[in-house]
Amino acid sequence: MTPQGDVTSEAALRSKESVKRRRSLKVVLPPVVTGVLILAIWYFVSYVVLDPSRRFLLRPPHDVWSVGFADGRNFSEMMDGLWATSKTAFWGLLISILLGFLLAIMMSQAKFIERAIFPYAVVLQAIPILAIVPLIGFWFGYGFMPRVFICVIISLFPIIVNTLFGLLSADSGMHDLFTLHRSSRTTRLTKLMFPAALPAIFAGLRISAGLSVIGAIVGDFYFGQGTVGIGQLLKRYAARLQGEQLLASVIVSSALGVAVFGLFGWLAHRVVGKWNSDNRADP
Amino acid sequence: MFLRAAHSLIERDIAVGSRCWTPISISKRPAWTFDKNCEEQVSRLSFRNVSMRFPDGTETLHDVSLSVESGEFVTIVGPSGCGKSTLLRIASGLLESTAGSVEVDPAGIGYVFQDATLLPWRTVWRNVELLTELHGVAKAERRQRVREAIDLVGLTDFEGHFPKALSGGMKMRASLARALTMKPPVFLFDEPFGAVYEITRERLNEETLRLFAQQQFAGLFITHSISEAVFLSTRVLVMSSRPGRIIDSVDVPFPYPRHPDIRFDPHFGELSARISHSLRGAHT
Repeated sequence: MTPQGDVTSEAALRSKESVKRRRSLKVVLPPVVTGVLILAIWYFVSYVVLDPSRRFLLRPPHDVWSVGFADGRNFSEMMDGLWATSKTAFWGLLISILLGFLLAIMMSQAKFIERAIFPYAVVLQAIPILAIVPLIGFWFGYGFMPRVFICVIISLFPIIVNTLFGLLSADSGMHDLFTLHRSSRTTRLTKLMFPAALPAIFAGLRISAGLSVIGAIVGDFYFGQGTVGIGQLLKRYAARLQGEQLLASVIVSSALGVAVFGLFGWLAHRVVGKWNSDNRADP
Repeated sequence: MFLRAAHSLIERDIAVGSRCWTPISISKRPAWTFDKNCEEQVSRLSFRNVSMRFPDGTETLHDVSLSVESGEFVTIVGPSGCGKSTLLRIASGLLESTAGSVEVDPAGIGYVFQDATLLPWRTVWRNVELLTELHGVAKAERRQRVREAIDLVGLTDFEGHFPKALSGGMKMRASLARALTMKPPVFLFDEPFGAVYEITRERLNEETLRLFAQQQFAGLFITHSISEAVFLSTRVLVMSSRPGRIIDSVDVPFPYPRHPDIRFDPHFGELSARISHSLRGAHT
Protein backbone atom coordinates (compact mmCIF):
# COMPACT_ATOMS: atom_id res chain seq x y z
CA MET A 1 0.00 0.00 0.00
CA THR A 2 1.42 3.39 -0.97
CA PRO A 3 1.64 6.18 1.58
CA GLN A 4 -0.64 8.21 -0.63
CA GLY A 5 -3.26 5.51 -0.46
CA ASP A 6 -2.95 5.56 3.29
CA VAL A 7 -3.57 9.26 3.36
CA THR A 8 -6.66 9.11 1.22
CA SER A 9 -8.15 6.21 3.12
CA GLU A 10 -7.46 8.02 6.36
CA ALA A 11 -9.17 11.09 5.00
CA ALA A 12 -12.13 8.99 3.95
CA LEU A 13 -12.24 7.44 7.39
CA ARG A 14 -12.10 10.85 9.00
CA SER A 15 -14.93 12.19 6.85
CA LYS A 16 -16.98 9.09 7.63
CA GLU A 17 -16.35 9.67 11.29
CA SER A 18 -17.41 13.28 11.04
CA VAL A 19 -20.59 12.22 9.27
CA LYS A 20 -21.23 9.81 12.10
CA ARG A 21 -20.54 12.54 14.64
CA ARG A 22 -22.90 14.91 12.88
CA ARG A 23 -25.61 12.28 12.86
CA SER A 24 -25.21 11.50 16.55
CA LEU A 25 -25.32 15.24 17.20
CA LYS A 26 -28.67 15.33 15.43
CA VAL A 27 -29.91 12.54 17.67
CA VAL A 28 -28.51 13.89 20.94
CA LEU A 29 -29.03 17.61 20.56
CA PRO A 30 -32.85 17.93 20.58
CA PRO A 31 -33.47 16.14 23.90
CA VAL A 32 -30.52 17.99 25.48
CA VAL A 33 -32.04 21.31 24.41
CA THR A 34 -35.39 20.27 25.89
CA GLY A 35 -33.66 19.25 29.13
CA VAL A 36 -31.86 22.58 29.42
CA LEU A 37 -35.14 24.36 28.77
CA ILE A 38 -36.86 22.41 31.54
CA LEU A 39 -34.06 23.27 33.99
CA ALA A 40 -34.30 26.93 32.98
CA ILE A 41 -38.03 26.98 33.65
CA TRP A 42 -37.43 25.22 36.95
CA TYR A 43 -34.91 27.89 38.04
CA PHE A 44 -37.24 30.59 36.81
CA VAL A 45 -40.12 29.28 38.91
CA SER A 46 -37.90 28.76 42.00
CA TYR A 47 -36.29 32.18 41.94
CA VAL A 48 -38.64 34.50 40.08
CA VAL A 49 -42.17 33.17 40.38
CA LEU A 50 -41.96 31.98 43.99
CA ASP A 51 -41.56 34.40 46.84
CA PRO A 52 -38.50 33.43 49.01
CA SER A 53 -40.83 32.51 51.87
CA ARG A 54 -42.61 30.04 49.61
CA ARG A 55 -39.49 28.67 47.90
CA PHE A 56 -39.81 25.38 49.83
CA LEU A 57 -42.58 24.48 47.35
CA LEU A 58 -40.05 24.11 44.55
CA ARG A 59 -36.39 23.99 45.52
CA PRO A 60 -33.97 24.94 42.75
CA PRO A 61 -32.21 22.03 40.96
CA HIS A 62 -28.83 22.44 42.67
CA ASP A 63 -30.45 22.22 46.11
CA VAL A 64 -32.18 19.03 45.07
CA TRP A 65 -28.81 17.74 43.93
CA SER A 66 -26.87 18.66 47.06
CA VAL A 67 -29.49 17.46 49.57
CA GLY A 68 -31.08 14.59 47.69
CA PHE A 69 -28.14 13.06 45.86
CA ALA A 70 -24.84 14.45 47.15
CA ASP A 71 -25.71 13.90 50.81
CA GLY A 72 -24.55 10.35 51.55
CA ARG A 73 -27.10 9.49 54.22
CA ASN A 74 -30.08 10.73 52.30
CA PHE A 75 -28.84 9.09 49.16
CA SER A 76 -28.24 5.67 50.71
CA GLU A 77 -31.70 5.78 52.32
CA MET A 78 -33.15 6.41 48.89
CA MET A 79 -31.08 3.67 47.27
CA ASP A 80 -32.30 1.16 49.87
CA GLY A 81 -35.85 2.18 49.06
CA LEU A 82 -35.13 1.91 45.35
CA TRP A 83 -33.73 -1.58 45.82
CA ALA A 84 -36.78 -2.76 47.76
CA THR A 85 -39.10 -1.29 45.13
CA SER A 86 -37.12 -2.75 42.23
CA LYS A 87 -37.21 -6.19 43.80
CA THR A 88 -40.98 -6.04 44.19
CA ALA A 89 -41.44 -4.76 40.64
CA PHE A 90 -39.14 -7.43 39.25
CA TRP A 91 -40.97 -10.35 40.85
CA GLY A 92 -44.33 -8.84 39.94
CA LEU A 93 -43.28 -8.50 36.32
CA LEU A 94 -41.83 -12.00 36.20
CA ILE A 95 -45.06 -13.54 37.49
CA SER A 96 -47.07 -11.39 35.08
CA ILE A 97 -44.98 -12.59 32.17
CA LEU A 98 -45.37 -16.25 33.06
CA LEU A 99 -49.07 -15.97 33.83
CA GLY A 100 -49.72 -13.69 30.85
CA PHE A 101 -47.96 -16.03 28.42
CA LEU A 102 -49.81 -19.02 29.77
CA LEU A 103 -53.21 -17.33 29.47
CA ALA A 104 -52.47 -15.88 26.03
CA ILE A 105 -51.25 -19.22 24.70
CA MET A 106 -54.35 -20.95 26.01
CA MET A 107 -56.58 -18.30 24.45
CA SER A 108 -54.75 -18.56 21.12
CA GLN A 109 -55.52 -22.27 20.92
CA ALA A 110 -59.29 -22.13 20.98
CA LYS A 111 -61.81 -19.39 20.50
CA PHE A 112 -63.98 -20.62 23.36
CA ILE A 113 -61.11 -20.31 25.83
CA GLU A 114 -60.56 -16.77 24.64
CA ARG A 115 -64.26 -16.02 25.12
CA ALA A 116 -64.13 -17.51 28.60
CA ILE A 117 -61.06 -15.64 29.81
CA PHE A 118 -60.81 -12.36 27.94
CA PRO A 119 -63.70 -10.48 29.62
CA TYR A 120 -62.10 -11.11 33.01
CA ALA A 121 -58.76 -9.85 31.78
CA VAL A 122 -60.58 -6.65 30.86
CA VAL A 123 -62.17 -6.53 34.31
CA LEU A 124 -58.70 -6.91 35.82
CA GLN A 125 -57.60 -3.93 33.79
CA ALA A 126 -60.61 -1.89 34.86
CA ILE A 127 -60.10 -2.38 38.62
CA PRO A 128 -59.01 0.97 40.09
CA ILE A 129 -55.72 0.05 41.69
CA LEU A 130 -56.23 2.51 44.55
CA ALA A 131 -59.44 0.74 45.47
CA ILE A 132 -57.86 -2.67 45.62
CA VAL A 133 -54.64 -1.87 47.46
CA PRO A 134 -56.24 -1.44 50.91
CA LEU A 135 -58.27 -4.58 50.29
CA ILE A 136 -55.16 -6.57 49.47
CA GLY A 137 -53.45 -5.29 52.62
CA PHE A 138 -56.56 -6.20 54.58
CA TRP A 139 -56.62 -9.74 53.19
CA PHE A 140 -52.99 -10.68 52.81
CA GLY A 141 -51.12 -8.37 55.16
CA TYR A 142 -48.38 -5.90 54.31
CA GLY A 143 -45.49 -8.19 53.50
CA PHE A 144 -43.63 -8.85 50.29
CA MET A 145 -46.08 -11.12 48.49
CA PRO A 146 -49.08 -8.76 48.67
CA ARG A 147 -46.93 -6.05 47.07
CA VAL A 148 -45.91 -8.39 44.29
CA PHE A 149 -49.56 -9.26 43.89
CA ILE A 150 -50.41 -5.58 43.27
CA CYS A 151 -47.69 -5.41 40.61
CA VAL A 152 -49.16 -8.47 38.92
CA ILE A 153 -52.67 -7.03 38.88
CA ILE A 154 -51.50 -3.79 37.32
CA SER A 155 -49.06 -5.25 34.77
CA LEU A 156 -50.78 -8.43 33.63
CA PHE A 157 -53.24 -7.01 31.10
CA PRO A 158 -50.83 -5.52 28.54
CA ILE A 159 -48.88 -8.77 28.49
CA ILE A 160 -51.99 -10.88 27.90
CA VAL A 161 -53.36 -8.60 25.19
CA ASN A 162 -50.12 -8.06 23.32
CA THR A 163 -49.08 -11.69 23.46
CA LEU A 164 -52.48 -12.88 22.31
CA PHE A 165 -52.59 -10.28 19.53
CA GLY A 166 -49.08 -11.31 18.50
CA LEU A 167 -49.82 -15.03 18.51
CA LEU A 168 -52.82 -14.45 16.26
CA SER A 169 -50.92 -12.14 13.92
CA ALA A 170 -49.22 -14.76 11.72
CA ASP A 171 -50.88 -14.51 8.32
CA SER A 172 -53.12 -17.19 6.94
CA GLY A 173 -50.76 -18.09 4.09
CA MET A 174 -48.14 -19.13 6.61
CA HIS A 175 -50.71 -21.12 8.53
CA ASP A 176 -51.63 -22.84 5.26
CA LEU A 177 -48.00 -23.77 4.78
CA PHE A 178 -47.88 -25.39 8.20
CA THR A 179 -51.23 -27.12 7.63
CA LEU A 180 -50.02 -28.44 4.31
CA HIS A 181 -47.08 -30.08 6.00
CA ARG A 182 -49.20 -31.51 8.80
CA SER A 183 -47.56 -29.65 11.64
CA SER A 184 -48.60 -30.40 15.19
CA ARG A 185 -50.04 -27.71 17.42
CA THR A 186 -46.77 -27.41 19.29
CA THR A 187 -44.72 -27.04 16.12
CA ARG A 188 -47.10 -24.41 14.84
CA LEU A 189 -46.89 -22.58 18.15
CA THR A 190 -43.12 -22.68 18.52
CA LYS A 191 -42.08 -22.24 14.90
CA LEU A 192 -44.80 -19.91 13.64
CA MET A 193 -47.02 -18.22 16.21
CA PHE A 194 -44.50 -17.48 18.91
CA PRO A 195 -41.81 -15.92 16.71
CA ALA A 196 -44.51 -13.94 14.92
CA ALA A 197 -45.66 -12.66 18.30
CA LEU A 198 -42.26 -11.44 19.49
CA PRO A 199 -42.52 -7.80 18.35
CA ALA A 200 -45.93 -7.44 19.99
CA ILE A 201 -44.72 -9.27 23.10
CA PHE A 202 -41.88 -6.80 23.51
CA ALA A 203 -44.24 -3.87 23.04
CA GLY A 204 -46.35 -5.33 25.85
CA LEU A 205 -43.32 -5.95 28.07
CA ARG A 206 -42.21 -2.34 27.80
CA ILE A 207 -45.60 -1.14 28.98
CA SER A 208 -45.94 -3.76 31.69
CA ALA A 209 -42.46 -3.22 33.07
CA GLY A 210 -43.25 0.44 33.65
CA LEU A 211 -46.60 -0.44 35.18
CA SER A 212 -45.01 -2.97 37.51
CA VAL A 213 -42.69 -0.26 38.85
CA ILE A 214 -45.71 1.99 39.42
CA GLY A 215 -47.51 -0.90 41.13
CA ALA A 216 -44.59 -1.44 43.50
CA ILE A 217 -44.47 2.27 44.42
CA VAL A 218 -48.23 2.64 44.82
CA GLY A 219 -48.46 -0.50 46.97
CA ASP A 220 -45.65 0.66 49.23
CA PHE A 221 -47.16 4.16 49.44
CA TYR A 222 -50.54 2.94 50.60
CA PHE A 223 -49.32 0.12 52.82
CA GLY A 224 -47.17 2.65 54.66
CA GLN A 225 -45.47 -0.14 56.62
CA GLY A 226 -43.15 -3.07 56.15
CA THR A 227 -39.90 -2.78 54.22
CA VAL A 228 -39.41 0.84 53.25
CA GLY A 229 -39.54 1.42 49.51
CA ILE A 230 -39.71 4.52 47.37
CA GLY A 231 -43.45 4.82 48.03
CA GLN A 232 -43.04 5.19 51.80
CA LEU A 233 -40.17 7.60 51.32
CA LEU A 234 -42.29 9.78 49.05
CA LYS A 235 -45.01 9.82 51.67
CA ARG A 236 -42.58 10.62 54.49
CA TYR A 237 -40.79 13.42 52.61
CA ALA A 238 -44.08 14.98 51.58
CA ALA A 239 -45.38 14.89 55.16
CA ARG A 240 -42.19 16.50 56.49
CA LEU A 241 -42.07 19.11 53.70
CA GLN A 242 -38.62 17.84 52.69
CA GLY A 243 -38.92 19.28 49.19
CA GLU A 244 -35.42 18.45 47.99
CA GLN A 245 -35.64 14.80 48.97
CA LEU A 246 -39.18 14.54 47.68
CA LEU A 247 -38.11 15.79 44.27
CA ALA A 248 -35.00 13.61 44.36
CA SER A 249 -37.04 10.49 45.00
CA VAL A 250 -39.53 11.43 42.28
CA ILE A 251 -36.57 11.69 39.92
CA VAL A 252 -35.14 8.37 41.10
CA SER A 253 -38.42 6.52 40.74
CA SER A 254 -39.06 7.87 37.26
CA ALA A 255 -35.46 7.02 36.38
CA LEU A 256 -36.21 3.44 37.38
CA GLY A 257 -39.23 3.43 35.08
CA VAL A 258 -37.20 4.88 32.23
CA ALA A 259 -34.39 2.38 32.80
CA VAL A 260 -36.79 -0.54 32.69
CA PHE A 261 -38.46 0.85 29.57
CA GLY A 262 -35.07 1.32 27.93
CA LEU A 263 -33.91 -2.15 28.93
CA PHE A 264 -36.84 -3.81 27.21
CA GLY A 265 -36.49 -1.55 24.19
CA TRP A 266 -32.87 -2.61 23.90
CA LEU A 267 -33.79 -6.25 24.37
CA ALA A 268 -36.46 -5.98 21.68
CA HIS A 269 -33.95 -4.41 19.36
CA ARG A 270 -31.49 -7.23 20.02
CA VAL A 271 -34.02 -9.99 19.52
CA VAL A 272 -36.30 -8.81 16.71
CA GLY A 273 -34.55 -5.71 15.35
CA LYS A 274 -32.68 -7.69 12.71
CA TRP A 275 -35.75 -8.97 10.93
CA ASN A 276 -38.67 -6.84 12.02
CA SER A 277 -39.05 -3.98 9.58
CA ASP A 278 -41.58 -1.93 11.51
CA ASN A 279 -39.81 -2.15 14.83
CA ARG A 280 -39.11 1.23 16.37
CA ALA A 281 -37.30 -0.03 19.42
CA ASP A 282 -34.75 2.73 19.85
CA PRO A 283 -34.33 3.10 23.60
CA MET B 1 -70.80 -39.88 3.72
CA PHE B 2 -68.93 -42.81 5.18
CA LEU B 3 -69.32 -44.72 1.93
CA ARG B 4 -67.85 -41.87 -0.05
CA ALA B 5 -64.90 -41.72 2.27
CA ALA B 6 -64.33 -45.45 2.01
CA HIS B 7 -64.67 -45.25 -1.73
CA SER B 8 -62.03 -42.60 -2.09
CA LEU B 9 -59.76 -44.56 0.20
CA ILE B 10 -59.95 -47.58 -2.08
CA GLU B 11 -59.41 -45.39 -5.09
CA ARG B 12 -56.32 -43.96 -3.52
CA ASP B 13 -54.94 -47.42 -2.79
CA ILE B 14 -55.55 -48.52 -6.35
CA ALA B 15 -53.95 -45.37 -7.59
CA VAL B 16 -50.86 -46.06 -5.55
CA GLY B 17 -50.71 -49.74 -6.38
CA SER B 18 -51.35 -49.58 -10.07
CA ARG B 19 -52.12 -46.45 -11.94
CA CYS B 20 -53.46 -48.33 -14.89
CA TRP B 21 -56.76 -48.97 -13.18
CA THR B 22 -59.28 -46.20 -13.74
CA PRO B 23 -62.52 -46.18 -11.86
CA ILE B 24 -65.74 -46.15 -13.86
CA SER B 25 -69.04 -45.41 -12.26
CA ILE B 26 -71.81 -47.46 -13.76
CA SER B 27 -73.47 -48.27 -10.48
CA LYS B 28 -73.06 -47.05 -6.93
CA ARG B 29 -70.52 -49.77 -6.35
CA PRO B 30 -67.02 -48.81 -7.37
CA ALA B 31 -65.65 -50.41 -10.52
CA TRP B 32 -62.44 -50.04 -12.45
CA THR B 33 -61.22 -50.62 -15.95
CA PHE B 34 -57.69 -51.46 -16.91
CA ASP B 35 -56.03 -49.12 -19.37
CA LYS B 36 -53.72 -51.12 -21.62
CA ASN B 37 -51.64 -48.22 -22.91
CA CYS B 38 -51.23 -46.49 -19.63
CA GLU B 39 -47.53 -47.25 -19.31
CA GLU B 40 -46.48 -43.66 -20.00
CA GLN B 41 -49.58 -42.13 -18.47
CA VAL B 42 -48.59 -41.64 -14.88
CA SER B 43 -51.21 -39.33 -13.50
CA ARG B 44 -49.83 -37.44 -10.54
CA LEU B 45 -52.86 -35.30 -9.94
CA SER B 46 -56.38 -35.83 -11.08
CA PHE B 47 -59.72 -34.24 -10.45
CA ARG B 48 -62.88 -36.16 -11.20
CA ASN B 49 -66.15 -34.22 -11.38
CA VAL B 50 -65.10 -31.92 -8.61
CA SER B 51 -67.63 -29.35 -7.44
CA MET B 52 -67.29 -26.94 -4.61
CA ARG B 53 -70.08 -25.18 -2.84
CA PHE B 54 -69.25 -23.01 0.15
CA PRO B 55 -71.48 -23.04 3.22
CA ASP B 56 -72.95 -19.69 2.20
CA GLY B 57 -74.35 -21.32 -0.92
CA THR B 58 -72.02 -19.91 -3.59
CA GLU B 59 -70.81 -22.52 -6.00
CA THR B 60 -67.22 -21.81 -7.00
CA LEU B 61 -66.44 -24.92 -8.99
CA HIS B 62 -68.77 -26.94 -11.12
CA ASP B 63 -67.95 -30.44 -12.32
CA VAL B 64 -64.25 -29.96 -12.97
CA SER B 65 -62.29 -32.90 -14.29
CA LEU B 66 -58.65 -32.71 -15.20
CA SER B 67 -55.45 -34.62 -14.76
CA VAL B 68 -51.81 -33.69 -14.83
CA GLU B 69 -49.12 -36.23 -15.57
CA SER B 70 -45.42 -36.22 -14.81
CA GLY B 71 -43.58 -33.99 -17.20
CA GLU B 72 -46.74 -32.09 -17.93
CA PHE B 73 -47.18 -28.41 -17.18
CA VAL B 74 -50.82 -27.41 -17.12
CA THR B 75 -51.88 -23.83 -16.66
CA ILE B 76 -55.32 -22.58 -15.78
CA VAL B 77 -56.39 -19.12 -16.85
CA GLY B 78 -59.69 -17.57 -15.99
CA PRO B 79 -61.40 -14.41 -14.80
CA SER B 80 -60.76 -13.38 -11.22
CA GLY B 81 -63.00 -15.03 -8.68
CA CYS B 82 -63.65 -18.05 -10.89
CA GLY B 83 -62.34 -20.49 -8.31
CA LYS B 84 -58.85 -21.12 -9.66
CA SER B 85 -57.26 -20.79 -6.25
CA THR B 86 -60.00 -22.92 -4.73
CA LEU B 87 -59.01 -25.63 -7.16
CA LEU B 88 -55.45 -25.62 -5.85
CA ARG B 89 -56.59 -25.54 -2.26
CA ILE B 90 -58.66 -28.63 -2.96
CA ALA B 91 -55.75 -30.32 -4.74
CA SER B 92 -53.50 -29.72 -1.75
CA GLY B 93 -56.06 -30.89 0.79
CA LEU B 94 -56.40 -27.47 2.44
CA LEU B 95 -60.04 -27.59 1.39
CA GLU B 96 -62.31 -30.53 0.85
CA SER B 97 -64.52 -30.52 -2.22
CA THR B 98 -68.24 -30.97 -1.77
CA ALA B 99 -68.53 -33.40 -4.68
CA GLY B 100 -66.24 -35.48 -6.82
CA SER B 101 -62.85 -36.91 -5.98
CA VAL B 102 -59.24 -35.85 -6.10
CA GLU B 103 -56.20 -38.03 -6.37
CA VAL B 104 -52.74 -36.81 -5.62
CA ASP B 105 -49.41 -38.57 -5.71
CA PRO B 106 -48.89 -39.58 -2.08
CA ALA B 107 -45.24 -38.54 -2.27
CA GLY B 108 -46.51 -35.04 -1.73
CA ILE B 109 -46.97 -31.72 -3.37
CA GLY B 110 -45.05 -28.50 -3.56
CA TYR B 111 -47.23 -25.44 -3.16
CA VAL B 112 -46.00 -22.06 -4.28
CA PHE B 113 -48.34 -19.45 -2.87
CA GLN B 114 -49.38 -16.11 -4.26
CA ASP B 115 -47.21 -14.42 -1.65
CA ALA B 116 -43.79 -15.77 -0.91
CA THR B 117 -44.97 -16.58 2.67
CA LEU B 118 -41.43 -16.45 3.99
CA LEU B 119 -41.08 -16.31 7.75
CA PRO B 120 -39.62 -12.84 8.39
CA TRP B 121 -37.57 -13.97 11.39
CA ARG B 122 -35.69 -16.57 9.39
CA THR B 123 -32.88 -15.93 6.94
CA VAL B 124 -33.22 -17.21 3.38
CA TRP B 125 -31.29 -20.32 4.36
CA ARG B 126 -33.48 -21.05 7.39
CA ASN B 127 -36.63 -20.35 5.38
CA VAL B 128 -35.63 -22.80 2.69
CA GLU B 129 -34.82 -25.28 5.44
CA LEU B 130 -38.27 -25.01 7.02
CA LEU B 131 -40.10 -27.84 5.26
CA THR B 132 -37.32 -30.39 5.69
CA GLU B 133 -37.27 -29.36 9.33
CA LEU B 134 -41.03 -29.87 9.68
CA HIS B 135 -40.70 -33.31 8.13
CA GLY B 136 -37.83 -34.26 10.42
CA VAL B 137 -35.21 -34.77 7.73
CA ALA B 138 -31.80 -35.51 9.27
CA LYS B 139 -29.47 -32.55 9.65
CA ALA B 140 -26.78 -33.50 7.15
CA GLU B 141 -29.33 -34.44 4.51
CA ARG B 142 -31.17 -31.21 5.25
CA ARG B 143 -28.08 -29.10 4.72
CA GLN B 144 -27.40 -30.76 1.39
CA ARG B 145 -30.95 -30.29 0.11
CA VAL B 146 -31.05 -26.65 1.15
CA ARG B 147 -27.67 -26.04 -0.47
CA GLU B 148 -28.90 -27.56 -3.75
CA ALA B 149 -32.19 -25.71 -3.75
CA ILE B 150 -30.64 -22.32 -3.00
CA ASP B 151 -28.00 -22.78 -5.67
CA LEU B 152 -30.66 -23.90 -8.12
CA VAL B 153 -32.66 -20.69 -7.80
CA GLY B 154 -29.57 -18.52 -7.75
CA LEU B 155 -29.82 -17.13 -4.23
CA THR B 156 -26.42 -18.35 -3.06
CA ASP B 157 -25.19 -14.83 -2.31
CA PHE B 158 -28.31 -13.98 -0.36
CA GLU B 159 -28.73 -17.02 1.85
CA GLY B 160 -27.86 -15.05 4.99
CA HIS B 161 -30.31 -12.24 4.28
CA PHE B 162 -33.62 -11.71 6.01
CA PRO B 163 -36.70 -11.49 3.77
CA LYS B 164 -37.14 -7.77 4.40
CA ALA B 165 -33.87 -7.18 2.52
CA LEU B 166 -35.02 -9.08 -0.60
CA SER B 167 -36.82 -7.85 -3.70
CA GLY B 168 -40.16 -9.35 -4.69
CA GLY B 169 -38.53 -11.59 -7.28
CA MET B 170 -35.92 -12.87 -4.86
CA LYS B 171 -38.61 -13.64 -2.30
CA MET B 172 -40.44 -15.76 -4.87
CA ARG B 173 -37.18 -17.54 -5.67
CA ALA B 174 -36.66 -18.34 -2.00
CA SER B 175 -40.22 -19.61 -1.87
CA LEU B 176 -39.56 -21.84 -4.90
CA ALA B 177 -36.37 -23.15 -3.32
CA ARG B 178 -38.28 -24.00 -0.16
CA ALA B 179 -40.76 -26.09 -2.15
CA LEU B 180 -37.93 -27.76 -4.08
CA THR B 181 -36.29 -29.15 -0.94
CA MET B 182 -39.08 -31.70 -0.62
CA LYS B 183 -38.59 -32.87 -4.22
CA PRO B 184 -42.34 -33.09 -4.75
CA PRO B 185 -43.67 -34.96 -7.79
CA VAL B 186 -46.50 -32.43 -8.06
CA PHE B 187 -46.09 -28.67 -8.06
CA LEU B 188 -48.97 -26.27 -7.55
CA PHE B 189 -48.40 -22.62 -8.39
CA ASP B 190 -51.01 -20.15 -7.24
CA GLU B 191 -50.35 -17.06 -9.37
CA PRO B 192 -46.87 -16.80 -7.92
CA PHE B 193 -45.45 -14.07 -10.13
CA GLY B 194 -48.46 -11.76 -10.23
CA ALA B 195 -46.89 -9.07 -8.10
CA VAL B 196 -43.47 -8.74 -9.73
CA TYR B 197 -42.22 -6.43 -12.43
CA GLU B 198 -42.69 -7.67 -16.00
CA ILE B 199 -39.07 -8.42 -16.89
CA THR B 200 -38.47 -10.11 -13.55
CA ARG B 201 -41.57 -12.14 -14.20
CA GLU B 202 -40.28 -13.29 -17.58
CA ARG B 203 -37.01 -14.29 -16.03
CA LEU B 204 -38.79 -16.18 -13.26
CA ASN B 205 -40.86 -17.94 -15.94
CA GLU B 206 -37.69 -19.07 -17.68
CA GLU B 207 -36.26 -20.31 -14.40
CA THR B 208 -39.44 -22.16 -13.60
CA LEU B 209 -39.14 -23.94 -16.92
CA ARG B 210 -35.52 -24.77 -16.24
CA LEU B 211 -36.57 -26.36 -12.94
CA PHE B 212 -39.41 -28.14 -14.69
CA ALA B 213 -37.05 -29.57 -17.32
CA GLN B 214 -34.72 -30.74 -14.60
CA GLN B 215 -37.20 -32.21 -12.11
CA GLN B 216 -39.94 -33.41 -14.46
CA PHE B 217 -42.66 -32.72 -11.94
CA ALA B 218 -46.32 -32.48 -12.78
CA GLY B 219 -47.08 -28.77 -12.72
CA LEU B 220 -50.41 -27.06 -12.22
CA PHE B 221 -50.04 -23.32 -12.60
CA ILE B 222 -52.56 -20.55 -12.17
CA THR B 223 -52.26 -17.14 -13.72
CA HIS B 224 -54.04 -14.14 -15.18
CA SER B 225 -51.43 -13.68 -17.85
CA ILE B 226 -52.07 -15.38 -21.19
CA SER B 227 -48.49 -15.04 -22.38
CA GLU B 228 -47.18 -16.53 -19.15
CA ALA B 229 -49.62 -19.41 -19.59
CA VAL B 230 -48.59 -20.16 -23.16
CA PHE B 231 -44.91 -19.75 -22.47
CA LEU B 232 -44.85 -22.20 -19.58
CA SER B 233 -47.34 -24.87 -20.44
CA THR B 234 -47.85 -28.02 -22.36
CA ARG B 235 -51.56 -27.38 -22.00
CA VAL B 236 -53.65 -24.34 -21.12
CA LEU B 237 -57.11 -24.74 -19.60
CA VAL B 238 -59.58 -21.89 -19.69
CA MET B 239 -62.04 -21.54 -16.85
CA SER B 240 -65.37 -19.76 -16.94
CA SER B 241 -66.46 -17.21 -14.39
CA ARG B 242 -68.24 -18.47 -11.30
CA PRO B 243 -69.10 -21.24 -10.96
CA GLY B 244 -65.80 -22.25 -12.55
CA ARG B 245 -65.97 -24.84 -15.29
CA ILE B 246 -63.30 -25.79 -17.76
CA ILE B 247 -64.49 -24.42 -21.09
CA ASP B 248 -61.47 -24.80 -23.30
CA SER B 249 -58.26 -26.77 -23.46
CA VAL B 250 -55.42 -25.61 -25.69
CA ASP B 251 -52.34 -27.75 -26.31
CA VAL B 252 -49.09 -25.85 -26.66
CA PRO B 253 -46.80 -27.81 -28.96
CA PHE B 254 -43.55 -25.87 -28.46
CA PRO B 255 -40.78 -28.24 -27.38
CA TYR B 256 -38.69 -27.72 -24.24
CA PRO B 257 -36.32 -26.11 -23.50
CA ARG B 258 -38.12 -23.02 -24.73
CA HIS B 259 -36.23 -19.99 -25.83
CA PRO B 260 -37.53 -16.68 -24.41
CA ASP B 261 -38.04 -15.48 -28.00
CA ILE B 262 -40.80 -17.96 -28.73
CA ARG B 263 -42.99 -15.26 -27.24
CA PHE B 264 -42.59 -13.47 -30.57
CA ASP B 265 -43.34 -16.53 -32.70
CA PRO B 266 -46.49 -16.13 -34.85
CA HIS B 267 -47.78 -19.47 -33.61
CA PHE B 268 -47.39 -18.22 -30.04
CA GLY B 269 -49.59 -15.30 -31.05
CA GLU B 270 -52.23 -17.55 -32.55
CA LEU B 271 -52.42 -19.66 -29.42
CA SER B 272 -52.66 -16.53 -27.28
CA ALA B 273 -55.45 -15.23 -29.49
CA ARG B 274 -57.42 -18.41 -29.15
CA ILE B 275 -57.09 -18.38 -25.37
CA SER B 276 -58.02 -14.72 -25.29
CA HIS B 277 -61.19 -15.41 -27.28
CA SER B 278 -62.15 -18.25 -24.96
CA LEU B 279 -61.60 -15.98 -21.99
CA ARG B 280 -63.86 -13.33 -23.48
CA GLY B 281 -66.48 -16.01 -23.79
CA ALA B 282 -65.83 -16.94 -20.19
CA HIS B 283 -66.88 -13.53 -18.97
CA THR B 284 -70.41 -13.69 -20.36
